[in-house]
Amino acid sequence: MNNIKNIIEAQGLKRKQRRKTANAIMLALTGLLTIIALIPLFWIIGYVVIRGGKSITPGFFTQLPKPLGMGGGGVLHAIEGTIIVSFLATLFAIPPGVLAAFYAARNPNTPLGIALRFGTDVLAGVPSIVIGLFGYAIVVKPQGHYSALAGGVALAILMLPTIIRTTEEMLKLVPASLREGSLALGAPEWKTSLSVLFPAALNGIITGFLLSIARAAGETAPLLFTALGNERFDLATIIKGGIAGHQTIFQILGRIFDQPIDSLPLTLWKYAQMPYPERVDQAWGVALVLMILVLVTNMIARIWIEIRKKRLRG
Amino acid sequence: MLSIGWMLWNQSSEARAAFGLGFLKPTLQASWDPVLDHFQAWPFIYGTLLTSLVAILLAVPISLGIAVFLAELCPSWLRTPLNWLVELLAAIPSVIYGLWGIFIFLPRVITPLGNVLAETIGKVPLIGVLFTGPIPASGASRLAASVILTVMIIPTIAAVSRDVLEAIPNSQREAALALGATKWETIWQVLLPYGISGILGAVILGLGRALGETMAVTMVIGNSIEGSLSLLRPGYTMSSVIANEFAEAVSKLHTQSLIEIGLVLFILTLLLNMMARFLVWRVARKTPQDARA
Repeated sequence: MNNIKNIIEAQGLKRKQRRKTANAIMLALTGLLTIIALIPLFWIIGYVVIRGGKSITPGFFTQLPKPLGMGGGGVLHAIEGTIIVSFLATLFAIPPGVLAAFYAARNPNTPLGIALRFGTDVLAGVPSIVIGLFGYAIVVKPQGHYSALAGGVALAILMLPTIIRTTEEMLKLVPASLREGSLALGAPEWKTSLSVLFPAALNGIITGFLLSIARAAGETAPLLFTALGNERFDLATIIKGGIAGHQTIFQILGRIFDQPIDSLPLTLWKYAQMPYPERVDQAWGVALVLMILVLVTNMIARIWIEIRKKRLRG
Repeated sequence: MLSIGWMLWNQSSEARAAFGLGFLKPTLQASWDPVLDHFQAWPFIYGTLLTSLVAILLAVPISLGIAVFLAELCPSWLRTPLNWLVELLAAIPSVIYGLWGIFIFLPRVITPLGNVLAETIGKVPLIGVLFTGPIPASGASRLAASVILTVMIIPTIAAVSRDVLEAIPNSQREAALALGATKWETIWQVLLPYGISGILGAVILGLGRALGETMAVTMVIGNSIEGSLSLLRPGYTMSSVIANEFAEAVSKLHTQSLIEIGLVLFILTLLLNMMARFLVWRVARKTPQDARA
């Protein structure tokens, strides 16, 4: 009898031991997997900083590209292009995005509200290259040529889901008592939205814009056949020429927006595939600038959101 | 949304009329010939599907590990920084992945790995077809694209699965632990089955991202439509052929064929996304609001 009991107990111990070992191994494995997944992050950042750092000189930011073989030259055209295209995209994306977010936050359960949220989610999943095709079809084809304008439209479509979603989240964080207070004072719905809800959520909404601009500024695919790229783009000459020719500011802007334009990711893509070492070095430089731009914007936005959430929760 | 679909449908009408279903037919001798104006999309569809599926196979275990670690095990002081790091992985522009891939990752990791795979699994009948060498010296291959895609979709899958795990009511954990289950048994036998549809949703979202990813893949896949099934050979994907050829397409049929590929891609990701949203939404509904800890 005793013997059997001993055997059973021994087996129980063994089993317990096995379960404990399995537990320890698997838990350690999850930690290990997390570390493995983060290796590429540090690997990429490290290389971009080291190799990109070498090609960053003052001229890199202030000069236009020089012909191959001459050495030197910079990517000023791409920096200007990124700013212009992102500016256009922001301009096109913010009004409809904010309006849609207001609607979705106010009427979450109406059919239109549900459709809006669903559409936003699905739009966020559409491949960026397909959005590029769409931009081509609605702007480039009717116009007959590639332009900064078309790039702006394509990026705006890409930014819409992020803007709608973050704005909506931020509006929802505004305490209901604020809204009710305003309505109780007799303010109409639109005035409540405009002068109470919007200012209260403004900080967070701007963060959302920042995040979406950071994402859009790093995108290449939608620009490939909308903005196309243009190594000879020269903002200073256009503006000087415009002023010398007594053009109005709208004519000058029109000329800027109407021609093909480069952007940092587009330049990086082209340079990386060139067989010339000096261009490849510049590609690493562009990668560094782009990475700093995107990561810093991201960090600022996230810290901002965290602080804001904490404050609103009290 | 609808207008995107309609636009793609409309703009590819002539290509659809010219090639019909043959455009999508699986074949090893596909022709993509701008000179003769004859186009078949199979090599691109195959490349997209293969690289995305391999990426998913590699990414799912890693992402689940991360999600479990972040949601269940990680000490709270480490949680926020780790969350941020994983999200940064998603924030790096895909051209930078491509640049890193071409100059660092491919020659150092993929080429040696490819040679080893060709020597070992490549000799096995049946699955050997997928691992026939030789891998190009540059490393540009479907395998390279798959691995880069894996890195890129890990943050998506990990973040959504983490949210799913965090949404599971604490009573589930407590009940399992009270029955004497170890922490791992709680996770494996209780939490993962409970959140399975949400996790599936996360995986599908990741798949959607992998299918549509353009720049990094175009830079490392080698861009060739040679008739090989192997992971170790250069290939092509739907998104990269659009990226490479659209701006230079001269003939109307060429442009339209590329738009039709875009349409196929669009429909594919649309279906996947709707499925994923539905699954995640079902989990959220199953969990009563007040039960969340």
